[in-house]
Amino acid sequence: MRRRVVITGVGAVSGFGVGLPALWSGLVEGRSALRRIGLFDASGFPWRLGAEATGFSARDHVPKHYRKAVKVMARDTELAVAAAGCAVADAGLVTRATAEDGAATTYPGERLGCQIGAGLIAAEVGELAAAFSTAVTGEGDGAWGGFDLRAWGTVKEAGGGGGMENLPPLWMLKYLPNMLACHVTILHGAEGPSNTITCSESSGLLSIGESVRVIERDDADACFSGGAESKLNPMGVLRIGLAGRLAETGDAEEGASIVRPFDRAATGTLLGEGGGVLILEERESARRRGARAYAEVAGFGASHSPERWCGMDGPPGAPIDGPDEGVRDAILNALDDAGIGAGEVDAIVVGGLGVAWVDSGEAGALREVFGDRLGGIELVTTKPAIGDSMAGEGALLAAVGAACVREQRLPARLHAGRPAEGLRAGRAASRGAELRHVLVCTPSLFGQVGAVVLRRAEWG
Amino acid sequence: MSRRVVITGMGWITPLGCGLDAAWGALLEGRSAIGAVTRYDTSTFATNFAAEVKGFRLSDFVSDPARLASCREAGLHAQYALAAAAMAWEESGLGTRNGEPLYAGLNARRVGVYLGAGEGCLDYPNFVATNLASWEACSRAVDARRWAEAALARMAMRRELEQEPNAALTHVASAFGCRGPAFNCMTACAASTQAVGEAFEMLRRGDADVMLAGGSHSMIHLLGMTGFIRLTAMSTRRDAPQTAARPFDQTRDGFVMGEGAGVLVLEALEHFERRMSGGSGRSGGRDARPTGPLAELVGYGSSADAFRITDMHPEGKGPASAMSRALRQAGIDPREPREGGRAPVDYVSAHGTGTSENDSIETRAIRQVFGAQARRLSVSSIKSMMGHLIQAAGAVELMTCVQAIRTGWVPPTMNLHRPDPECDLDYVPNRARDLNPTGGVEVCLSNSFGFGGQNDTLVVRRYRP
Repeated sequence: MRRRVVITGVGAVSGFGVGLPALWSGLVEGRSALRRIGLFDASGFPWRLGAEATGFSARDHVPKHYRKAVKVMARDTELAVAAAGCAVADAGLVTRATAEDGAATTYPGERLGCQIGAGLIAAEVGELAAAFSTAVTGEGDGAWGGFDLRAWGTVKEAGGGGGMENLPPLWMLKYLPNMLACHVTILHGAEGPSNTITCSESSGLLSIGESVRVIERDDADACFSGGAESKLNPMGVLRIGLAGRLAETGDAEEGASIVRPFDRAATGTLLGEGGGVLILEERESARRRGARAYAEVAGFGASHSPERWCGMDGPPGAPIDGPDEGVRDAILNALDDAGIGAGEVDAIVVGGLGVAWVDSGEAGALREVFGDRLGGIELVTTKPAIGDSMAGEGALLAAVGAACVREQRLPARLHAGRPAEGLRAGRAASRGAELRHVLVCTPSLFGQVGAVVLRRAEWG
Repeated sequence: MSRRVVITGMGWITPLGCGLDAAWGALLEGRSAIGAVTRYDTSTFATNFAAEVKGFRLSDFVSDPARLASCREAGLHAQYALAAAAMAWEESGLGTRNGEPLYAGLNARRVGVYLGAGEGCLDYPNFVATNLASWEACSRAVDARRWAEAALARMAMRRELEQEPNAALTHVASAFGCRGPAFNCMTACAASTQAVGEAFEMLRRGDADVMLAGGSHSMIHLLGMTGFIRLTAMSTRRDAPQTAARPFDQTRDGFVMGEGAGVLVLEALEHFERRMSGGSGRSGGRDARPTGPLAELVGYGSSADAFRITDMHPEGKGPASAMSRALRQAGIDPREPREGGRAPVDYVSAHGTGTSENDSIETRAIRQVFGAQARRLSVSSIKSMMGHLIQAAGAVELMTCVQAIRTGWVPPTMNLHRPDPECDLDYVPNRARDLNPTGGVEVCLSNSFGFGGQNDTLVVRRYRP
């Protein structure tokens, strides 16, 4: 008998703030969190808008004794820690972090896993520049802006100037991608299987898939699962901008009208900060403890879109014609795993990035899977509201999908242009809908794809 | 009913040599790959030595000009991964080194990749120059506007994106036309063991028929070395770099940085048997190896210390849990001798970093799991010779276990002259050991523990039909 897995808690941090209710109400009300980047002065870039999770600190989401540790957390880690805290509260789980003195936790540590995806965390340029500047000498390398490696080292007898001592001893630990999961495991006492998947926008969905398998094969009873990333820093914006994905914003003040999913005239997407952590639980244990389920994770599939990135010239994923075969195959695998046909999908939470050629590959894949029926399936798009949060993206999409299933409602859709024909991606108000199966899938910057089928939970 | 999983190919890019013969020969001879860092000037660094991969050229492993051109800006780690994958792929007999399938029955949708590959090296000259150009000494801050302008003028798209943590994965998946599941994980020093473990589970479940699995990494660069020096995790034995890696020795003072890649072809046994019976199976490779699988993967365990980001749990709870989980899956009782009175496993490839903390805690964890049997195990750390390959370490160490099974020899722990009283197991000191007189090597266990507390263990066994 295959062990089944349900979602019993959802934590989300996004441009709408902390918590799933903030995200959900923002989406349902049709608002957008895309505005001028305020975390740093982005005026030197042509891409100046983003969705920031403003006014939040992980300090508010950890027990008192752990507050000091927030100092060694990068912003990506703070997003994950806050999202995990919200998810635990939402699920009504008792963990090491929430147990009153000596009280029992819902699950023993070794039955609690943690799969939280991450991106490459950019070291703060201010901190690095301050340290580098102490090692600029008359003898430094011109190509390195005068930086002198010998002045960086610390061995005085060999001529070292000790520049690197200007970085704190734990400097590197702040930026290791696995710190998202590690802080969550330490806070909540999750001693079971633990992983950090780093596959751009697909990180979250691949993590959810792996958590499901971990629970299914009886290596854990519950898992923290999702991903988080903030690319709203100079290095992050630079990279995704150079990749040719971001819309040039000029002096625009709002981004909802710039990001246009599946629109042939779309000029690009915008970045958002995001962290999504779901509590996945084995169905029977969840039911026994009287948990409320958002949905069952009924199916998972993964694939890879070959050669969409490794082209010889042009931007990564240089425009190629035809459907994104990775998206198509991941969806087919997920439907197969769920034991349902394409005809049983009621809505799809999509990537819908607002980058014309990426969206065209995604739309082509959806057409191959759903055929003529596609025009009748509601697509849920989020980019005009909260941007692309990279490693946080898949988990936020799954969080939205889970909320759709539980609320039996579709959020509003923002769109300032015209999506390609035959796609229900245009502007629309939120409405109630009968949703038995919701598919969640997104293409990713480097071609990895995960797809998840959510099914209305029926405790029967 | 879950499926059996076998190893049918291995690719080695290591500081001790590229390819099985070079690497394995050096391991049995106890050679050191450690020397002065040649990539850039580390003369004033507290650690100015490392184990570098020498004389590497991607074109020795990949011949397709288009593929080579696509790697023009690829980081070393991605090139290592691709070379190791090509080597493993060729050995498996599934295809040629350029990824073209020889085995006509190969279904690309059933071929996946799971790597624990690291990030790429920063574009240092331009990155450092950009930071310096925008630094304002009086306000002690970076002027972000000037930073952006300098960065846009200096930094190039392709070079930046090749640093993203899934770039190596994408190169490998594209080169071999893999259309099945594609994952990359970064659990620090445990990453490639974890990658192999999760790939193993996918094959067991039937989510793919073939997986390229392993890892690659190079942190022999400015901030990689700086980060570990600041953490005081690396040896600073500047006067004796060759013998600086001293796992389990009283005089150990940290690990030595290595680099490289290990990639294995994992295959569902039924898939392997199907292609062998069709007669178009293994191409034969460069010598007349037996046409059976190289070994069988039988156990995987993953756990988290959930203790501190800076320290391991003093009792080794997490490592012990990872080992116990893997042994349970393999059906091995660590407290009891095997049939014939032999130890429960023949060889343990230790994480054995040579840091004060790891080696004593790992020893404690092994004792906790194996009880009275612990002292009967042959345990060694090849990091004493090739340094710590960081995210690639686990895969290369697993391949070492496979080779121990195939030859009956286990590699030594070098530089172990003054055993730490807290490290009281049989570490195969200073000389390789021939276990053939006592029946060879049947079962091995390989440990990897990551910074931050993620632990992974694999168990591999001689293949028997």
